[in-house]
Amino acid sequence: MSFQPTKTAVVRVLIVAGAFAALEILCRASIINRMTMIPPTEMVAALWQILESGRYNADIAFTVVNTAAAVVLSVVGGFAVGAILHALPRLRRALEPLLSAYYAVPVFVFYPLLIVAFGVGRAALIAMGALVGIVAMIVNTLGGLDRVSPVLTKTAAVLSIDRLRSLVLIRLPAAGPHLVTGVKLSVAYSVIGIVAGEFILSTAGIGKRIAFGYQDFDNRTMYGMLLLLLVLVMIVNGALAGWEKRLHHRFGVP
Amino acid sequence: MREAGGHIEARGLTKVFRGAPGGKGIHALGPLDLDVRSGEFFSIVGPSGCGKSTLLDTLAGLSSPTGGTVACNGVPLAGRVPDGIGVVFQQDASFAWLDVWDNVAFGLRRRGLAASEISRRVEYALSFMGLAAFAKSYPAQLSGGMRQRVCIARTLVLEPSIMLLDEPFAALDQQTRLLMGDELLRIWRDTGATIVLITHALDEATMLSDRIGLMSARPGRFIDIVSTHWPRERDSRIVSDRRFGDITARLWTNLRAESLRAIGSGAAQE
Amino acid sequence: MRASRLDGVLVLAGFLLVWQGLYMLVGGDVVPSPSSAIVRAAALLRSANFWKDAASTGQAFVLACAIGIAGGACIGFVLGSSRFATEVADPILGTIYSIPKITLYPIILLVFGLTLSAKVAFGVIHGIFPVIIATMAALRNVSPVHRRTARALRLSWGATIATVLAPAALPEVFTGIRIGVAVTLLGTLLAELFASSSGVGFALIRAMEIHNVVDIFALVLLIFLFAAAINGLLHILERKLRRHA
Repeated sequence: MSFQPTKTAVVRVLIVAGAFAALEILCRASIINRMTMIPPTEMVAALWQILESGRYNADIAFTVVNTAAAVVLSVVGGFAVGAILHALPRLRRALEPLLSAYYAVPVFVFYPLLIVAFGVGRAALIAMGALVGIVAMIVNTLGGLDRVSPVLTKTAAVLSIDRLRSLVLIRLPAAGPHLVTGVKLSVAYSVIGIVAGEFILSTAGIGKRIAFGYQDFDNRTMYGMLLLLLVLVMIVNGALAGWEKRLHHRFGVP
Repeated sequence: MREAGGHIEARGLTKVFRGAPGGKGIHALGPLDLDVRSGEFFSIVGPSGCGKSTLLDTLAGLSSPTGGTVACNGVPLAGRVPDGIGVVFQQDASFAWLDVWDNVAFGLRRRGLAASEISRRVEYALSFMGLAAFAKSYPAQLSGGMRQRVCIARTLVLEPSIMLLDEPFAALDQQTRLLMGDELLRIWRDTGATIVLITHALDEATMLSDRIGLMSARPGRFIDIVSTHWPRERDSRIVSDRRFGDITARLWTNLRAESLRAIGSGAAQE
Repeated sequence: MRASRLDGVLVLAGFLLVWQGLYMLVGGDVVPSPSSAIVRAAALLRSANFWKDAASTGQAFVLACAIGIAGGACIGFVLGSSRFATEVADPILGTIYSIPKITLYPIILLVFGLTLSAKVAFGVIHGIFPVIIATMAALRNVSPVHRRTARALRLSWGATIATVLAPAALPEVFTGIRIGVAVTLLGTLLAELFASSSGVGFALIRAMEIHNVVDIFALVLLIFLFAAAINGLLHILERKLRRHA
């Protein structure tokens, strides 16, 4: 891809850079209290230090692995449930209000119960992450399968393909763009579930370091780890969004 | 190699759709009889909502009739699409996530053919349909007419003895339609398959077919079957034949009355 | 419709059965029996303390909705009306939306302290983005034919927005609002979970700390019913809108 700055790209960079510059100035001029926020440049320096020293590597790995596991569970489980519900329209109609209301409930409150069930450790965190992410995948699977043109299912019948193969070979790819959106959202929600859990449990992980930083008034560590989380999420989300966009392009969706 | 084109018979074919619970059903089709002879080009025309697409679905085995029978090559359909039937739909059925080559090869892969045989058939179909240069392109990059050609190629590689086409060129502009009509005739002659074409365009039906079945407004039944007696070697320039106008006029005279009935009764588009 | 109401009852029955089964499987320390949770929920609805908490949460929720939804729709409309602005803003918004909001919690707490403003802020940062994004998408999806029709009819810019764009975009905007309201509630409750001294979320934390599972489940049940009720109402409104669309 040639690197030609378009007008929109330039404006975008200016906006983001401007926001950072404004924040930096406000912090340095002490208009924003140091106890509240440290200047962005210092956040970056703190992050660099953390990465260089490697002292929180175990925590970072802990969170990354948890998230990966939760995402796999959400995506696979969510697709399966979505496909089943799609095939059973009566059940789907009955459950749909539940799915809509799901994200209004703070599922975090079930943490203590998950801990009692799985013990204090990563299983409870992964379960929480998966629980938060799975509904996004279910909803997007349903939406994606809905939008598969009926002519494709007829084509499957004409080519004498059985229902299960038709799902995997035709309907799944046809729903591709929506499914990737589902994966993208599952990742975002799983991260939230896991890091929030790590806040609360404070045994390990990026969430633990943020919580400790907050409690110890160690703003450098807190903001450094926050920035790390932000960067990691942005990288993964960016990659998934790029895939989403390529699929939309492949499918000719404007 | 290829057997002779298949034949289809329908006897007393009826289709009633269940409406809302407690309401009346929708009597969409029939009872009608149909005999499509081996190797012929048979078109079906009729007013909107008369059940043309429903008829095609039943003939293909995509849906089961409520009454009567459909037999393909003497074998009654048993609720599935029989071997040897190819269907081209009105809507774009190309797979957006596969390139043209993989689209065309798709149906073959399920049949356990050798890779070399698959290659041979796909290459042949692609060049036959003028798609050889686009083998690596994706459907979204092609025009509507090209995408229909991909769908036709996908059907051709399966070497069907019967091809059913449901208004395949409806979404295309008039000039592309005429050229695609010529393509279809070429396919018909080269493969020897039986072709059943559903169309709402009278000139298309008259130009392409050996016989044309005219359907009534809903519930659809055949009210006239016209033979054109055209020579096998024909193309779109047959429009200049002096009998072309007579045939189209005869179709329209009957069709006009049915169309007025269809519009008057508020029959919705199929 | 008879059939769907029966289905709803069946699903509810199935859900209660699964709950009961879970209770019998893992015991009342982890999962209370459905009956005890329901009884407790009913009792809560009669208790003055609960309603004090509910009022506190409700106040923050309503304020957050007002600011977040209205603000989001306005911002979304302004950005969505200009193709250039939409193009510039889309990736930025997408990135901000994908940031786990929890990363902002410590910052909000540092800025606002343990106050009502913090709760409202939490609610707003959760709810405003779905509304902005949905509004922009809705405007983008308004068929160009509509805009051309407006120009052919020589409508003024204001009239175009009011009589063509807004009605055309409204159903999709409303879907975004429905999602926005749901997550605003979540945001408000989360604020109370992490740092508050009042509200239903705080009541949950109290129950969590003393491992009072009956209270936890009763409160979650009430929250869920409330969220479902609001969602259901908005659904009905949305369907009415789509009928006119």
